[in-house]
Amino acid sequence: MARQSALKQKKRDASSDLTDNGATPRSAATNLDRLIHERMRLGIVSALAANSSLTFNDLKNLMNTTDGNLSVHARKLEDGGYIACIKSFEGRLPKTEYKITASGRRALENYLNHMETLIHQARNAG
Amino acid sequence: MGSIHVVVPQPEEPPALSTRAIDNLQYIRETMERATSFTAIPGWGQVGIGVTALAASYIAGRQSSFRNWMAVWLAEAVVALLIAGWSIDRKARAANLPLLSGPARKVAFSITPPLVAGGLITIVLYRAGLTNAIPGVWLLLYGTGVITGGMFSVSVVPVMGLCFMFLGAIACLAPELSDWAMTVGFGGLHIVFGIIIARRYGG
Repeated sequence: MARQSALKQKKRDASSDLTDNGATPRSAATNLDRLIHERMRLGIVSALAANSSLTFNDLKNLMNTTDGNLSVHARKLEDGGYIACIKSFEGRLPKTEYKITASGRRALENYLNHMETLIHQARNAG
Repeated sequence: MGSIHVVVPQPEEPPALSTRAIDNLQYIRETMERATSFTAIPGWGQVGIGVTALAASYIAGRQSSFRNWMAVWLAEAVVALLIAGWSIDRKARAANLPLLSGPARKVAFSITPPLVAGGLITIVLYRAGLTNAIPGVWLLLYGTGVITGGMFSVSVVPVMGLCFMFLGAIACLAPELSDWAMTVGFGGLHIVFGIIIARRYGG
């Protein structure tokens, strides 16, 4: 029961993240790609943009987070098509690798542009 | 029958929006720099350094005087530095990384102090005639530099540093093994760890 409600909550989170993906411009503040606006997800996308690929453990150490937290956020980015997950075996050990997709790279570029626009607007207003 | 309406508060404009935007840009930049230095260590370059070190070890072993022995290894240090610089640059270009300056500076600042200390201690030991201690000091301080420089890198890098320090300790305590320790360290460790890094972290 608790597991079901947790899953529902997760779905709600993911869908709200995706529908807010710059599709509903209300103001400069809300017209954000919410999927990568969240700190951990922004970090994951940035780290992957600087590397051809990173393993789950590399990302965990880099972001200084827990297995659970990383997998939740990585899954959201994966569902949004921003990163790709490649599972393989290294000998007998399972290996999970992440790569940024073209859409993820574009989203990061858009996000950077968005931040720069906000800064320019504030400067011009001031 | 009354119905229940969920009241969702409308998001408000955060106060200093531009400050948060600057903070976000800074965070992206820092994360990318951290992630870059994480895998910037060039594996194949390290293998190259290991191979030249094996050659240097062979040539140094045939020298009759300590002065010549040291000259061979110092020449090898220059060659290694050139290989390292070239391969870091090559790996960064291959990954299309615009942030080379940040990570490279961080590694350089971390590894330089132990190497400068090693250079000064070498002069002191050479003048005092304690040449037997020099290989051990080189291995120990190079290991220290690899650990500090590799602290933000993949975990195999500090492990390699620890192995260098272990060999340095052997060379300090048993100087008759110092030639062996130099070959295993600068040759073997570079090749073995270089292959591991190259296979796991893309070149």
